[in-house]
Amino acid sequence: MKYTGNIIKYGDNVDTDVIIPARYLNTSDHSELASHCMEDLDKTFVSRVKQGDIIAAGMNFGCGSSREHAPIAIKASGVSLVIAKSFARIFYRNAINIGLAIVECPAAAEEISEGDIVEADLDNGIIRNITTGKEYRTAPFPEFVQNIIENGGLMKAIENGVF
Amino acid sequence: MAMTMTQKILAAHSGRESVSAGELILADLDLVLGNDITSPVAIKEFRRLGRDSVFDRDKVTMVMDHFVPNKDIKAAEQCRMCRDFCGEHDITHFYDVGEMGIEHALIPEKGLVTAGNAVIGADSHTCTYGALGAFSTGVGSTDMACGMAAGKAWFKVPSAIKFDLTGSLRKYVSGKDVILHIIGKIGVDGALYRSMEFTGSGLASLNMADRFCIANMAIEAGAKNGIFDVDEITLGYIRSHGCAEPTVYKADDDAEYDEVINIDLSQIEPTVAFPHLPENARTFSEIGDIRIDQVVIGSCTNGRLEDLIAAAEIMKGRKAAKNVRVIIIPATQRVYLEAMEMGLLRTFIEFGAVVSTPTCGPCLGGYMGILAAGERAVATTNRNFVGRMGHTESEVYLASPATAAASAVTGRITSPWEAAEI
Repeated sequence: MKYTGNIIKYGDNVDTDVIIPARYLNTSDHSELASHCMEDLDKTFVSRVKQGDIIAAGMNFGCGSSREHAPIAIKASGVSLVIAKSFARIFYRNAINIGLAIVECPAAAEEISEGDIVEADLDNGIIRNITTGKEYRTAPFPEFVQNIIENGGLMKAIENGVF
Repeated sequence: MAMTMTQKILAAHSGRESVSAGELILADLDLVLGNDITSPVAIKEFRRLGRDSVFDRDKVTMVMDHFVPNKDIKAAEQCRMCRDFCGEHDITHFYDVGEMGIEHALIPEKGLVTAGNAVIGADSHTCTYGALGAFSTGVGSTDMACGMAAGKAWFKVPSAIKFDLTGSLRKYVSGKDVILHIIGKIGVDGALYRSMEFTGSGLASLNMADRFCIANMAIEAGAKNGIFDVDEITLGYIRSHGCAEPTVYKADDDAEYDEVINIDLSQIEPTVAFPHLPENARTFSEIGDIRIDQVVIGSCTNGRLEDLIAAAEIMKGRKAAKNVRVIIIPATQRVYLEAMEMGLLRTFIEFGAVVSTPTCGPCLGGYMGILAAGERAVATTNRNFVGRMGHTESEVYLASPATAAASAVTGRITSPWEAAEI
């Protein structure tokens, strides 16, 4: 699992209410959710996000509600990976279950800046900031979790007979 | 291997003698829950699996509560999708308008959870049922879909923080003040990925409404679950609500905890969480003159009968402050009916409050009390994130029903201790 993209940077405690406000939860349409992604935190996100972009954020990313609409909106926006210092636990498992790549790496999340180009090789646990040349190590996912992400989410993993 | 209470329940549900923190397990589920927002996503995923039926029609439940009675056409369509699915699969516990209540008040009231159960719900506040001595945690819709299909979910076994409670709560202080105090102390990620286990002699002073409220907000500290030791108060609730036979687990005396936090309940004061995080807890020596526009009393956190009684005690014979809109939302039809029979609804209406049908409504900024830019609300709900109850420039202050009622009397954030003397 390798990802390369432009960084969009946020701070600590980015909650699911700002990732996708509840007023849009009367739909589960992926592109409609994506069209409101990050709206209450960053009104420019939707217009500037590009396919393959990587979000870097602080502590407790995705805290709050269990709405799977949050990782769905991020994935459907074209974001390929979220790097954070830490993730809220329901967001963490939702991201895995729907096949949105995420990785905890406090040092990278701290030092990477908005607009940097970053390459992440999650199989080998390496994050490389191409803009600054700096490299970071992360713990690889347990095999169980890797299987889910590689299959494109929990459902597909079940369909593919992984479990 | 010594285990925490949560670890014992997870071991029993994964067919193991013991489990330890960090292990990945596949656990059998006693109940799988969804609501009108999360279930449609789960239903779509479930259909992709091509299964003919759910794993057990008695162990899947859907509660229409977030945007119900339908707030708009899209909400109506989401509910219809849930209604059709539950009809098609002959789901025993489908709760629609007329029967529904806010899920985490309704599910225990209907006796669907008992001590020792393992429960997942596609709603973050599913951790509420830890008050009954169950392992219960919020998940997303895909987990719900797999749970409905297979009756199983994957978990990383959590480590735990133990909260040793002593003493008794003072007058007008409730479970809400306790949990806001705790979140203020450990932060919104203070229990991330972990269990919060509540034990100690202080449990005797916490009624079930206090315990549901405390367990409910474990997620606001990032916890996987909150769980209470089972005592006579729990067993009394389980017996009187027709729950299944309980299995009582107790943490081993030598169980390992990441941390033990001692809380003397007699020292807890009325506490308010300031915008925009539940960890911004303050007591009244640190709260100045903060004018408010709205008060909301309700939600899965504080919409139970005990909460309405606490509010009515302060509101009785008084009037709401001018220009403060007071919205009271009994959490279930049964709470509504009992409040009516006790005369609480009269107290609220004479006070100048509106009383709504059960709904999550304003708690998540759905409807029934949305805030305009610059407005402030005191709410007995669970989150005060940016834009949670409306405009991104509005503010939500989290408090107990007694504090919310006291604030409704004065029009500024007010301690129930102060209101009692006015």
